[in-house]
Amino acid sequence: MRLLIGFLFSFAVAAAFGLGLTQFALTRGTAFGAITIGAWTAWPKTGTADIDPYARAAIARSGELPIGSGDGVAFFASSDDTGRPLDGRCTVIIAGTTPAARFWTMTLYDLDGRLVANAADRYGFTSQEIARRADGNFEIVLAPRARPGNWLPTGGIDRYVMVLRLYDTPVGVATRTAKDAAMPAVTSGVCT
Amino acid sequence: MIRWLLWLLGGMLLGGIVHLATVLLLPRTATQDAYTRLSATAPANSVVPLPAPTPDDAVLPFMDPAFATAVCRYDLGPGPLKLRVPVSQAYTSVSFYTRAGVAYYAINDRAAGRRTIELDLMTTAQRAEVPEDEEITAADRLIVESPTPTGLILVRTFGPEPGLMPMAQRALAAARCGTQS
Repeated sequence: MRLLIGFLFSFAVAAAFGLGLTQFALTRGTAFGAITIGAWTAWPKTGTADIDPYARAAIARSGELPIGSGDGVAFFASSDDTGRPLDGRCTVIIAGTTPAARFWTMTLYDLDGRLVANAADRYGFTSQEIARRADGNFEIVLAPRARPGNWLPTGGIDRYVMVLRLYDTPVGVATRTAKDAAMPAVTSGVCT
Repeated sequence: MIRWLLWLLGGMLLGGIVHLATVLLLPRTATQDAYTRLSATAPANSVVPLPAPTPDDAVLPFMDPAFATAVCRYDLGPGPLKLRVPVSQAYTSVSFYTRAGVAYYAINDRAAGRRTIELDLMTTAQRAEVPEDEEITAADRLIVESPTPTGLILVRTFGPEPGLMPMAQRALAAARCGTQS
């Protein structure tokens, strides 16, 4: 009887621990082959046949088709440079330059990968749309209400993810540090 | 007390195995993966344009709204596939995915180096059947090997600004995929 209870206890622990770990790994994202530059993280290997089993399970679960490495690379940011989660009720400023690429796009999504709804029907910018300063640097303002300059509406949602996609770029599996790829700074400002 | 700790330890070890097994098996059992989602709307071996993503409705998560996208859901059962994509003015890319959504090959207009991206897609077995000499005479033919008999080809054209999206969609409409006759 004690043996049976012991086995049942063990199996319960195994199921809870194993499934919990899987759930955690697939929803939080794993760090295999990740490049982190400032607030931005990319998984270039996810766009190749060398994809790791965790990323493979994550895409099967979400239905996402990762960007192929011959096409480009996607950098994700869900918090600012200090680690504070991005909040749609706050002003967030993206400033600086991007790594060498033929062009890039920047898009806001909710945590499930849907576009962020807003009255302006504007979901992102391409590198050819934004206004730049004389030195080539740019500044994008993410805020719930309209701002002058390069404004992206956040729709006032709690949490969101920014995705900066570089197309036709040398940035990829061989990239290691910010020296190879200078990413723009992400700064949270006042909240409404 | 010690006995229970041992049971707990055993349970956690077993849990590690459960974890690895579920991670490895999940891609085979997923019911919401990209191929399954697209099977509903895209017939096999033809190019189907995907609707632009909106906040309420998107065929796949994390689609880039700056692109016009079309999909060719392929089945190499009947034979090798021919893909023909005229290049748009802005940027065109073709990405190949296995049945499980693994991106095994991608090429863009610059890498293709001409006005039209032309590719032959086949399985390893079909590739082995291609006569050796034919492969040499057709040196400019780009052959891609698919690791799985079914999968997805994503054809994407860039719309640098919203006003240029119709142009990107028109460029996409000329893309063709189909089995060789």
